[in-house]
Amino acid sequence: MNHDPHVLLRVIAKFLIPLIALFAFYVQFHGDFGPGGGFQAGVILAASIILYSLIFGLENAKQAFPPILIRIGMSLGVLLYGGTGVVAWMQGGEFLNYSVLAHDAIHGQHWGILAVELGVFCTVTSVMIAIFYAFGSRQPQTSEEDW
Amino acid sequence: MDWLSTHAVAFAIVLPLLMAAVVAMLPNVKRLAWLVALLVAVFVAVAASVVLQTQAGLGEIIYEMGGWEPPYGISLRIDALNAPILLLIAAMAVATLIYAEPAVASEVEGRRSGPFYAAFLLCVAGLMGMVVTGDAFNVFVFLEVSSISTYTLVAMGANRDRRALSAAFNYLILGSIGATFFVIGVGFLYAETGTLNMEDMRSILANLDGGSRVAQVAFGFIVVGLGLKLAMFPLHTWLPGAYAYSPTLVTAFLASTATKAALYLLYRFCFTVFDPSFDYVAAVLTYIVTGLAVTGMIFCSLQALFQTDARRTLAFSSVAQVGYMLLGIGILTVAGLAGGYLHLINHAVVKGGLFLALGAMWYRFGITRISDMAGLSKTMPITTAAFTVLAFSLIGVPFTAGFVSKVALAEAAAAKGWWWAVGVIMVTSILALFYMGRMMMVAYFRDPPTVDGVAWKRNEAPALMLIPIVGLAILSILIGMRGNVFLTDIAENAAWVMLPGSGL
Amino acid sequence: MEYLFSHFNYVVVIVLMMTGLYVVFASRNLIKKLVGLSTFQTSVFFLYITLGKVASGQPPILEKDPSSKSGYDEHTAFIDPVQLAASGDTYILPGQGSEILYSNPLPHVLILTAIVVGVATLAIGLALTVRIREVYQTIEMDAIEQQDFQYNLEGIER
Repeated sequence: MNHDPHVLLRVIAKFLIPLIALFAFYVQFHGDFGPGGGFQAGVILAASIILYSLIFGLENAKQAFPPILIRIGMSLGVLLYGGTGVVAWMQGGEFLNYSVLAHDAIHGQHWGILAVELGVFCTVTSVMIAIFYAFGSRQPQTSEEDW
Repeated sequence: MDWLSTHAVAFAIVLPLLMAAVVAMLPNVKRLAWLVALLVAVFVAVAASVVLQTQAGLGEIIYEMGGWEPPYGISLRIDALNAPILLLIAAMAVATLIYAEPAVASEVEGRRSGPFYAAFLLCVAGLMGMVVTGDAFNVFVFLEVSSISTYTLVAMGANRDRRALSAAFNYLILGSIGATFFVIGVGFLYAETGTLNMEDMRSILANLDGGSRVAQVAFGFIVVGLGLKLAMFPLHTWLPGAYAYSPTLVTAFLASTATKAALYLLYRFCFTVFDPSFDYVAAVLTYIVTGLAVTGMIFCSLQALFQTDARRTLAFSSVAQVGYMLLGIGILTVAGLAGGYLHLINHAVVKGGLFLALGAMWYRFGITRISDMAGLSKTMPITTAAFTVLAFSLIGVPFTAGFVSKVALAEAAAAKGWWWAVGVIMVTSILALFYMGRMMMVAYFRDPPTVDGVAWKRNEAPALMLIPIVGLAILSILIGMRGNVFLTDIAENAAWVMLPGSGL
Repeated sequence: MEYLFSHFNYVVVIVLMMTGLYVVFASRNLIKKLVGLSTFQTSVFFLYITLGKVASGQPPILEKDPSSKSGYDEHTAFIDPVQLAASGDTYILPGQGSEILYSNPLPHVLILTAIVVGVATLAIGLALTVRIREVYQTIEMDAIEQQDFQYNLEGIER
């Protein structure tokens, strides 16, 4: 590590990655009552992890964020989204009718959108990272000269 | 039960969508994914039949997603036009999934079987959604859900034949262009009407008397986009490859549902969003759609004659059969639409069964080319018998499903005075006799091939494969014998939805 | 000329759309085809987004009017007509009174969905390209078709 040519990158990345992740959560929860939401936040969080794997290597990233977690995360997000709808069904409303989720319609809508956005966040993060891992972990079979 | 009849519409989409996520997470235990997928399909079919019954009672079901009233929210809308197609998709999903267990085990890599079933359920959910939704942009979303899962399903045929990859890529490029054309059309419609709810669009367009040139452009984009998806004649080039190299049950499912759902959308947009009383709609349907339909019927039947690959033959035949349904649209009378609609249902049953039978033949003897089918009547008698019945139905022999709908179409064409169309139906039926006859000649009149001097022994397909194949063959005869009673009513009700208030 | 300037968004859309379509059909390289497809789809995103813009319209973000009675906390930015009427709150666009002129947010929401769909399509297309390259050792359509043709010939001879 003495002659690491990327030391500057590493230091700055270490500084930036937590900030990016924090910003992702800001966008996520700000999405409740302003611009923002699960899609954007998911992509931003995924970007922080992709930045990590670009700087520190795919293997390290896979240890920090294991692929099995991603596979579960993808499905879990969808289930969280759909589950909100199913709960609304059980409360006697239409599918995804958040108004029946709490004691009154406004709080119901609040809870509903929170759960749904969390589901979106979960799935989008996992899918973005999954796509990156899927392409990143393919070994090119031909040598550099062939390109 | 009361709950189900209220929520069955949403249930039929939500269940496969959520269970796809569950299936993708399931551990790789033998048959577990298959069992779950099959159960889901059965539940969806039950829900779809409840929808059909409720619709028959009420005439129209509107389900407000999330409790938001249309036009602000997305509503699901069921009438006599889409309820039967909903049941058709669910029933074909059940049939192909019964067949799937042995087929997937032999055609798809073991570790991919979980994702395979997940993608299959997603495809079912997407197709169901396309059919039930009453919101034009929502159609696009579901269209893409089903298409994207279809691309992966087609590509999974690569384990068997690597050409599946390039076929899937072609399908992806053309399918995406089609969907994008569709979404451009919806955008222009939105600009013209200011709403995305199809029912609202209809009333606004009717008030505007067809609308300005924006609406005309929108109509053109939508017809071309859907034409790509439903394999209208010159836009069908993705279809033969995708059908020939994907896993066999995917071919059967796609042939019987995917193009049919797209065709339903064409019905929906041509007849209930736009209206054939607008000049440009009538002109496009009478001249362009009919012209392409007839050209496609003849041209693709001829192409089917010259294929060596059995599944490619049937794929070209599918494009020709789409021509029949489009001809039904072009005739623009209730009788013609009913004939086309009837042919849509019959063709789904028949082509699904034929592709499943070919898949069973591949499973036992690795048959892909027509010349390989030698002696199948001795080695696989039951499958071959079912195949023969279905082939007769495709040709249009009396007392089979194909006969009923072809006669209905020919009568409608004759009633309009289009005798040339009757002639085209006759000619293409004769061509169908030739291309299906080729397969049957080989299967019945040639001896089974010999390996090391010993002829192939009788080796019937496993029971799980035989059940759907024989079931569909029997169904096609039942439709042929009793179809006038039951299905024709359904088709005529659907046609009345499309052309309300106009005489026969 | 003036007409073109006043409709410059459509000019951009048409140029992008035609470029994309041309690239999809004219290039024989799988990656280039995907680039063309993405360009084509992006042009549609532009079309929708520019459709939603109202001249001198505000961003469609509502804030609670500070002068109104407070029935619920301000996090409940959604509007349910019945509940809203009951609560007595009014929501306004910042900096404006009751005259509300705002851009239509619906096309943006639609395009958010369409972008996600486009990403999914692109990912599948790239994944297929990777697989094709592993199997065929090339991503040129011509070479792939050549190999398939050879494969067919061998199949007939077998």
